[in-house]
Amino acid sequence: MTIREVVDKAHLEILAQPDGLDKEVTGGYASDLLSDVIAYSKPGYLWVTLQTHRNIIAVSTLKELAAVVLVNGRTPDLETLEKAREEKVIVLGSRLPAFELIGKLYQMGIRGNL
Amino acid sequence: MMPRIFKADLHIHTCLSPCAELSMGPKAIVDQAIQHGLDMIGISDHNSSENAPAVMEAAQHKNLRVLPGMEVTSKEEVHILAVFDSVDKAFQLQEIVYEHLHGENDAEAFGLQVVVNEDHDVLGFNKRLLAGATELSVEQVVDSISALEGLVIAAHVDRETFGILGQLGFVPEKLHLDALELSRNTSPEEARRRFPEYADYAFVRSSDAHSAADIGKVWTSLLLCAPSTREIKKALRGEDGRRVLPEDAVCTTS
Repeated sequence: MTIREVVDKAHLEILAQPDGLDKEVTGGYASDLLSDVIAYSKPGYLWVTLQTHRNIIAVSTLKELAAVVLVNGRTPDLETLEKAREEKVIVLGSRLPAFELIGKLYQMGIRGNL
Repeated sequence: MMPRIFKADLHIHTCLSPCAELSMGPKAIVDQAIQHGLDMIGISDHNSSENAPAVMEAAQHKNLRVLPGMEVTSKEEVHILAVFDSVDKAFQLQEIVYEHLHGENDAEAFGLQVVVNEDHDVLGFNKRLLAGATELSVEQVVDSISALEGLVIAAHVDRETFGILGQLGFVPEKLHLDALELSRNTSPEEARRRFPEYADYAFVRSSDAHSAADIGKVWTSLLLCAPSTREIKKALRGEDGRRVLPEDAVCTTS
């Protein structure tokens, strides 16, 4: 499934970097501890989080994630948006809380790697 | 003046912190600190400095310098330690923090938040949700403390939760920190091995005491001319003969 398909099906908002939406999503991970995301996420994953600090962009780049998805209607900090543009990281947003959004993504067939 | 060794523990909670023991009153803290040969302590309750004046009072005419401070929770849930020389500065930070801290404490869930005087008489209860996170980003917290000329220390960076490395993965670039703090679980030597990328930072070790028995378990030995934040900053940068000493540098007489 591509990022674009996920955006359409899960009604996500594109908050930063609308290019590159045809990249393939390989799985998903959810955590608000960035050290934990560095340890356990995999390339091509969607990362579901409520953290909006600019370090989320660096972590996405480092781990070659498909996109960051902010939950609960959170918006990225200004510096985070700037960094996202610089690093070409896709930041998406959902009005749903993490639990509901992840349920939806799971139903769509996106899995974490156990 | 010749620099001398100061044993410092810059991170001690009082009964104002909901998670601290109610017995953490000014006298208990001061007595325990003196008994363990500490020269300098920092009072850092969660998102408040309201009990710092009482501990300073309790240490008057004693051989212990009490520095008022606070452990601020950023919106990313990173704990940042602020240390000041004067209550005035600590209260200025408190004003900023209170403006950006919402919610009311539930004493049953989180614990009591007791405001006391130097004799441990109860003056009242703080009703704010001190266990909560402010709306301030870690950068805004650091900038607020720096603007008040306080010491900025990233608290317990070796702990996964509420430490800057755990919450944010790494220290954000251009963030001005005077030091990284280690909990009693990690020595500076271990920290330099575990976090080689931060080996250039000054490390301080604090008790993060929530009960009197925690005080004196770990400390930081500093070579200073006086127990002030200005001197500590110099020591953390290794300037003018001031510096952080290896942990075993102090021969305890007690």
